[in-house]
Amino acid sequence: MAILGSINPILTAGLDGDRSWRLADYVARGGYSALRRIIAERTTPEQIIAEVKKSVLRGRGGAGFPTGLKWSFMPRTLPGDKYLICNSDEGEPGTFKDRDLLRYNPHAVIEGMVIAGYAIGATRGFNYIHGEIWELYQRFEDALAEARAEGLVGKHILGGDFTFELFAHHGYGAYICGEETALLESIEGKKGQPRFKPPFPASFGLYGKPTTINNTETLASVPFILNMGGDAFLAAGKANNGGPKLFSVSGHVERPGNYEVPMGTPFATLLEMAGGVRGGRKLKGVIPGGSSSPVLSAELMMDCTMDYDSIAKAGSMLGSGAVIVMDETTCMVKALERLSYFYYEESCGQCTPCREGTGWLYKIIQRIENGLGRPEDLDLLSSITGNIMGRTICALGDAASMPVQSFLKHFRDEFAYHIEHGRCLVPREVQRAGSGFFTASA
Amino acid sequence: MPEIEIDGIVTQAPDGATIMEVAEQLGVYIPHFCYHKKLSIAANCRMCLVQVEKAPKPVPACATPATNGMKVFTHSPLAAKAQQGVMEFLLINHPLDCPICDQGGECQLQDLAVGYGMGASRYQEEKRVVFHKEAGPLVSMQEMSRCIHCTRCVRFGQEIAGVMELGMVNRTMHSEIVTFLGRSIDSELSGNMIDLCPVGALTSKPFRFAARAWELSRLPSISPHDSVGANLTVQTLANRVMRVLPRENEAVNECWISDRDRFSYEGVNSPERLTRPQIRVDGKLREVDWSVALDYVAHGLRDIVNTHGADEIAALAAPWSTLEEMHLLQKLVRGLGSGNVDFRPRRMDFAPSGVPAGARWLGMRIAELNELDTALVVGSFVRKDIPLFAQRLRQAAKHNGTRVTLISLGNDDPLMSMHEHVVVAPSELPAALARVVKAAALQCRVPVPAGLEAIVPDIPSEAIATSLRVRGRSMIFLGRVAVQHPHAVQIHVLAQHLSDITGAKIGFFSDAGNIVGGYLSGALPSARNAHSMFTDPRCAYVLLGLEPELDCHNPQLALAALRQADLRVVLSPFVSETMREYADVLLPVTPFTETSGTFVNAEGRVQSFKGVVRPLGDSRPAWKVLRVLGNLLELEGFNQDSSEEVRDAVLPPASLKDGQFASGLDNCIKLPIDAAALVPAKGILERVADVPIYFSDPLVRRAPALQKTNDAQAPTARMSSRTLAQAGVVAGSLVRLRQESLAGSASGAGEAMLTAVLDDGVPDGCIRVSAGHPSTAALGAMFGAISVEAV
Amino acid sequence: MQNSLMLTPELIARIDREIAKYPVEQKQSAVMAALAIAQEAAGWLSPEAIEAVASYLEMSPVAALEVATFYNMYDLKPVGRHKLTVCTNLPCMLSGGMHALEYLQEKLGIGLDETTPDGKFTLKQGECMGACGDAPVLLVNNRHMCCSMTPAEIDRLLAELD
Ligand SMILES: Cc1cc2nc3c(=O)[nH]c(=O)nc-3n(C[C@H](O)[C@H](O)[C@H](O)COP(=O)(O)O)c2cc1C
Ligand code: SF4
Ligand code: FES
Repeated sequence: MAILGSINPILTAGLDGDRSWRLADYVARGGYSALRRIIAERTTPEQIIAEVKKSVLRGRGGAGFPTGLKWSFMPRTLPGDKYLICNSDEGEPGTFKDRDLLRYNPHAVIEGMVIAGYAIGATRGFNYIHGEIWELYQRFEDALAEARAEGLVGKHILGGDFTFELFAHHGYGAYICGEETALLESIEGKKGQPRFKPPFPASFGLYGKPTTINNTETLASVPFILNMGGDAFLAAGKANNGGPKLFSVSGHVERPGNYEVPMGTPFATLLEMAGGVRGGRKLKGVIPGGSSSPVLSAELMMDCTMDYDSIAKAGSMLGSGAVIVMDETTCMVKALERLSYFYYEESCGQCTPCREGTGWLYKIIQRIENGLGRPEDLDLLSSITGNIMGRTICALGDAASMPVQSFLKHFRDEFAYHIEHGRCLVPREVQRAGSGFFTASA
Repeated sequence: MPEIEIDGIVTQAPDGATIMEVAEQLGVYIPHFCYHKKLSIAANCRMCLVQVEKAPKPVPACATPATNGMKVFTHSPLAAKAQQGVMEFLLINHPLDCPICDQGGECQLQDLAVGYGMGASRYQEEKRVVFHKEAGPLVSMQEMSRCIHCTRCVRFGQEIAGVMELGMVNRTMHSEIVTFLGRSIDSELSGNMIDLCPVGALTSKPFRFAARAWELSRLPSISPHDSVGANLTVQTLANRVMRVLPRENEAVNECWISDRDRFSYEGVNSPERLTRPQIRVDGKLREVDWSVALDYVAHGLRDIVNTHGADEIAALAAPWSTLEEMHLLQKLVRGLGSGNVDFRPRRMDFAPSGVPAGARWLGMRIAELNELDTALVVGSFVRKDIPLFAQRLRQAAKHNGTRVTLISLGNDDPLMSMHEHVVVAPSELPAALARVVKAAALQCRVPVPAGLEAIVPDIPSEAIATSLRVRGRSMIFLGRVAVQHPHAVQIHVLAQHLSDITGAKIGFFSDAGNIVGGYLSGALPSARNAHSMFTDPRCAYVLLGLEPELDCHNPQLALAALRQADLRVVLSPFVSETMREYADVLLPVTPFTETSGTFVNAEGRVQSFKGVVRPLGDSRPAWKVLRVLGNLLELEGFNQDSSEEVRDAVLPPASLKDGQFASGLDNCIKLPIDAAALVPAKGILERVADVPIYFSDPLVRRAPALQKTNDAQAPTARMSSRTLAQAGVVAGSLVRLRQESLAGSASGAGEAMLTAVLDDGVPDGCIRVSAGHPSTAALGAMFGAISVEAV
Repeated sequence: MQNSLMLTPELIARIDREIAKYPVEQKQSAVMAALAIAQEAAGWLSPEAIEAVASYLEMSPVAALEVATFYNMYDLKPVGRHKLTVCTNLPCMLSGGMHALEYLQEKLGIGLDETTPDGKFTLKQGECMGACGDAPVLLVNNRHMCCSMTPAEIDRLLAELD
């Protein structure tokens, strides 16, 4: 399994790989007790929202927006349909935590969604699942069927008067659908092109109705918050950074995988849990919060703790908690080229700076990587990112720009070397060996 | 109302207005491409980025609501840098060859690049290439590399035309605008996309590379094709009409025109233009001087009056003739002593003489279409008959929740959300309306009008009646089919009852451009009308601007009458083979582009216009020809110096409301219901005749590009599967259609050979055979029995 | 008429189950699923299939085409029996995603976006599949994810697929 370690686990406590995802297993772990209590005790939505606010749960989708506050924006008493969306379109390079939650603990997501639906007055919910993890889409459908059969989802949940229909909707290969309004468009059966905000989804969301969108991990945390209490959940993390968090560690480490640790855990500890840098090599740089967050040099990173505030102070973002580790065998130009290709390839094509700018960035970086860089390219890259950032409809424009700016900031010499010498500082064979692909044992 | 400041000017913003809208009101220009006041907000081009005080990032003016205390800077360094950055992005993949681009000189991108761009390009990579596409005869997609992805064209289709024919496929910079599988764009409003396209990606196919924008003169005009009276800008070069564009008039056509309005100009330059007067000498038409031709006419008419009596003279004007032309024509006829004059060639049923007929009109202002609560449209192929009325109803249904109901003869999709859509056979149309009348009477607990005893309301009629009764603004519109129906008067009478019961008002969706003007011009019969002048043939006919074999209710009846006449005077811009057969005199008169005149649109708006080019060859404006004829005939009152003088005599300026609306418009009719009209035909196949949009008048019929569209495909014999089976004919095979002569008349019968086509949208027991096309001109009336057999 | 040719009753039944997830007036929401179902049945999405789906869902064909061309996993051209999509995004690349792709190209003797002459394999490059911990990963026919690929694993996979 890919949940490889934890410190004081909550979300992943008691999981036993592929053997324990079913309803009965979840119930045996205490699952659905929060929902049962809410229905039995007729807990008010206000009480639930208050508890979630207390927990200082911050959205795990990347932006870290306080969940309780987001829920309180919903016009709960407004008549008519309202929606809750779980964002399982995990596509941010480096992030693979939601996949494991859906794989090993789908009922926690379902219970979290039902409770959230209850708290915000939603009538229907959708879990939007990344297209490539089709097997888990099907597993989620199975888990939903179990929950429906038990009266945990659907009409008059657990015999109470709360009715909440819940369905799975699969993506089909578009990173941008992780952006919440693109996701809404996608559910509406259109291209996943983000909407301009305002209006925000809480007033004009799916089908024009009030809608709340939360990340899978955010929603999966909800039952635990209600079981252990908001204060205890907050205490499981660090002030202003409530709870534990799943970190997806990938790249040049011995044991890539998910680790559940309290917010505020030192990066060094996390790296150690992941077995350290692969082959004992030297750490070069780390992207701490998914590909869109600025890369940090090894030195800066080693001083960080894993929480929103510490990483922000170092000049990056905790984002979705995807830690991409790069060792000394990495060519930073190549790394950036690949990321730039990704943003260029995934731009929804709607707004001018992103549609045109991401392609331009990629072409220049590709040229540099191919030994055809020009001295003025680096300034041009900075200038282009400046013309993209803050000018686009959604944050993909920023996401495409920040890697470029940060790679140039921390590894400028390597880019300059490329331009000057038409080749990389790191010899090809070293790069090749670094991946371990040809030496890995099956 | 929030108070906001833009570039130092403080103003009150309407609630919900965006920065862009407020700026527009203030006359502050904010550069933009994707924003268009009639389309939804996409905010995708990002050209309109402006600085807002305290906002960390520039915001798009088009999508950002104006809020109280907001301070906006459209030219600050931050805003300028943002705009410049966007312009650079727009240009990196855009061809920079304005001199060879068809849009050169009228390109928003070109204009803004000058004002907001940088000097040299920093882009050194390869430019994107987008393949050209085929999209039918009107809109050219030859230059798709020029597209800047503003999606105006896509949104236009979805929102205004009501059908999404263009889409933007793919993502990233590879996004491109396509039609599905390269299909043609068929919307009757498609040309507006050309106007909306801010660059040279979508261009006018007929106009492509015909001229450069700056060489053209721009002159105002009015469209003759339907009763919207769309305001046009006609662009000319060297005395030739090169292009027609909408002239914005929010109250009339907004900023749109139909493709018929836009592309019909090609017909003006048709090789079939008549440019020299001709008279028949020894059986052959010969070109002669005007003086000879007019003398011939004057003598001919005098002879008829002297030998047979004035009552033997009849005159028929096309309803797209100008007010002045129709007025002088009727004056001429009346001056000679005849009352046989009309301007409604497709009508056959007229109120008995003595029943006062006001000028039938829309019953309200056009702009009010958008504000209705309920609209019941009876007997109209509304989308193709009057595209811009359909467009307004579509917006009304969408944005205003207007309940639109159609009672029609086919299930043609009006592309709007419908409250009810009832499809009936032609002979059942009166009964279908009668059911609504009775349902309304019963619902309102008022006495059921006499004559409706046998009528039984059904579920749709109950629903329609309810929708008309609901408080609010309701209208009953009578369309082309209702007016041309054999029981047109009874349909009107039923509508009157419905109006009396529900409070809904009556309006007419008249097809041709100057129907209201026709009523006002006085070209109304005091003896024989447009129908009876043919059922009761006369010795002499004067025809103005129409082709009877295509424009009359019963072409064969009309032709038979013409053939037996002694004198046939044709005033027409065009000459056809048929015309050459029957005409004794051909007088070349000018189309609307070459004459001054007046059209009065459906709402009674009096719109005068001037010629935009000089008359072609020896042709002359018809009003002048008629004036000279009047003088030659020594009649009173033919001494006007200008068309304005004619107009002012008919519509004295002082009589106009608000200086522009005619008075004397009235849709009221007081007649008893005739129960006999409510009995549907039994045991016969009935003809359903629409007049396809590009067959509707002589000018469009000669516009080559329009004639290549799908809407201009030659008529077929469309039948439901039941009808096909009953008739024993196979879809796809050639069939012989036959119509019998009218009762009481020896003529008006005819035959045509067409392909049978399966169309389950045609009511059972009916065959849909379009009128207005040579292939069906040999048939008889637009309504009534028709037979079919396999050949 | 047309959609009954393209969409069998079985497919319609599956599409109907998807439609039922959404409010009644929101049929179009099922378009992604319906296109996926149509693609699964035919191996790829022909224009006819797209149009059939569009007409079944009462949306314009070009709107369905927009969707079909926007999302990566739809194949608008025929592909081999097994479409192998290799993730080469940065995290996978750091663990050999690019090499896995090169290895496959060599083994199969085809380039990117090509199909083997026997029509068995098509090779695609993919973006992040949300499985970076198992890098390098590849996806078989949009459905089955293969993790921690090594040359030996790839050999085994190719041998298994027929
Ligand atoms: C380009 C882009 C991609 C995103 N991808 C994801 C994603 O894969 N999963 C996710 O939960 N949020 C993603 N987000 C963030 C969402 O827009 C949204 O903020 C989030 O789902 C809210 O949930 P939370 O408040 O629980 O974090 C993305 C945002 C952007 C701009
Ligand atoms: S920033 Fe990129 S992804 Fe986001 S809306 Fe604009 S074009 Fe689409
Ligand atoms: S006009 Fe505002 S973004 Fe295009």
